[in-house]
Amino acid sequence: MSDKFIVSPSPHIHNRESTAKIMWTVVLSLLPAGIAGIVIFGQSALAVILTCVIAAVAAEWFLQLLTKRKVTVSDGSALLTGLLLAYNMPANVPLWLPVVGAFFSIAIGKQVFGGLGQNIFNPALVGRAFLMASWPKYMTTFTKPFSYDAVTSATPLAAIKEGRLLEHISYLDLFSGNRGGCIGEVCIAALLLGALILFWKKYISWHIPVTYIVTTGIFTYAFAGKALFSGDWLLHVLSGGLILGAFFMATDYVTSPLTRKGQVIFGLGCGLLTAVIRIWGGYPEGASYAILMMNAATPIIDRYTKNKIYGTK
Amino acid sequence: MKKLINEFAKGIIRENPTFVLVLGLCPTLAVSVAVSNGIGMGVAATFVLLGSNVIISLIKNIVPARIRIPCFIVVIATFVTITELFMKAYSPALNRALGIYVPLIVVNCIVLGRAEAYAQKQSVLNSFFDGLGMGLGFTLALILISGIREFLGTGKLMGFVLFKSFEPAFIFAMPSGALLVIGLLLGFFNMVKNRKT
Repeated sequence: MSDKFIVSPSPHIHNRESTAKIMWTVVLSLLPAGIAGIVIFGQSALAVILTCVIAAVAAEWFLQLLTKRKVTVSDGSALLTGLLLAYNMPANVPLWLPVVGAFFSIAIGKQVFGGLGQNIFNPALVGRAFLMASWPKYMTTFTKPFSYDAVTSATPLAAIKEGRLLEHISYLDLFSGNRGGCIGEVCIAALLLGALILFWKKYISWHIPVTYIVTTGIFTYAFAGKALFSGDWLLHVLSGGLILGAFFMATDYVTSPLTRKGQVIFGLGCGLLTAVIRIWGGYPEGASYAILMMNAATPIIDRYTKNKIYGTK
Repeated sequence: MKKLINEFAKGIIRENPTFVLVLGLCPTLAVSVAVSNGIGMGVAATFVLLGSNVIISLIKNIVPARIRIPCFIVVIATFVTITELFMKAYSPALNRALGIYVPLIVVNCIVLGRAEAYAQKQSVLNSFFDGLGMGLGFTLALILISGIREFLGTGKLMGFVLFKSFEPAFIFAMPSGALLVIGLLLGFFNMVKNRKT
């Protein structure tokens, strides 16, 4: 009886949430987008997703054994990293690419910092940035949707960057995922379904995703067109990795600010950087780099948006 | 004699300028793209280090303490100029590959660091062996880093293709790859050091 008497400072309210439960719910909420990706790009997408997840979990297990730490594979965070990394890859990459990327994500993105909760950058995005810088040839070759035999096609954003006209792509195509792109980013409908689950469970708040998407929309509306305020903002919001990034990667607990005010600043920064990279940068898509850069700014944002303790000046 | 060997050997591992003293990272990051560049840079820096250590040790009693740094820089710059002219005459390709980083040896912290921390207090012979050891340690560190970067970044070693099927990761040929490799090697050497004690 006596050892159940816990003396602790406030807050005294507990709930049943745990890291593992949240991680597994996020994995669940990502499943629709994955299924959509497999439907759109065929079994090569499934192979990439499975390879990525297995490699990420194996890397976490192996590195924690190697450094003699507690093996925390069952909390699902490595699986989530692997899944997100796979969603950020084209479907027809050679299968050693996801293995290398997943290992890099877990080893350099996470375990060198001391594991879950210590990492500065989103591990999946670290892996993507590494693969992008190392093997750009594979990471920017996208297959045409519903062709299943590796016919390449440019993503809508890449086509805009090269100054080509978008031939027959409608907003509906973009929304349903009938376009070239990474496995998990193409089907906006499925991503929004997953995001709804997260909102319903209150695992994420509106602050980061909404400010992120709205900022990108406003900036692309203002500057992406031929004249000022004539940009096709809906196309920019619906294409690329913006929706996937805004709901599932910018909201990562570890690498985003803690307070509401900080989260709004974080979302604004992500949106601004994404738009800047898309409009003036060298790459067609900037969502992943924008989130990584704002990850780096998170400690500073946290420092200046600290909640005041009640009663102090 | 044993002391001299000790002065020589400490620069290679125990006080390795790159991995333990963490000095001179600018040329290390910049030129470690290929092993040949690494060796060239290492040898050039070793020559400068050797010369400046000896001269500074010789003039240590006649240099007023307040203007010692400018005096040291003049000595170092002289040796750097000699090195650069030699390199331009006998190995123009290497000179082109190293570019601005040859004249920049003047401000390499290893050279000035050894002059300031060692040569101006020690005998000529000690300084000679210290310079040799530090130079060798720097060269070995450069060979290690540039070896890893050249292999991973271009799939070659000393310009030769090792494995045909290996697809090089471009990131290691870029500056970010240099930071990555040096960071991981530093961590590795710290781990080895901590395990020993």
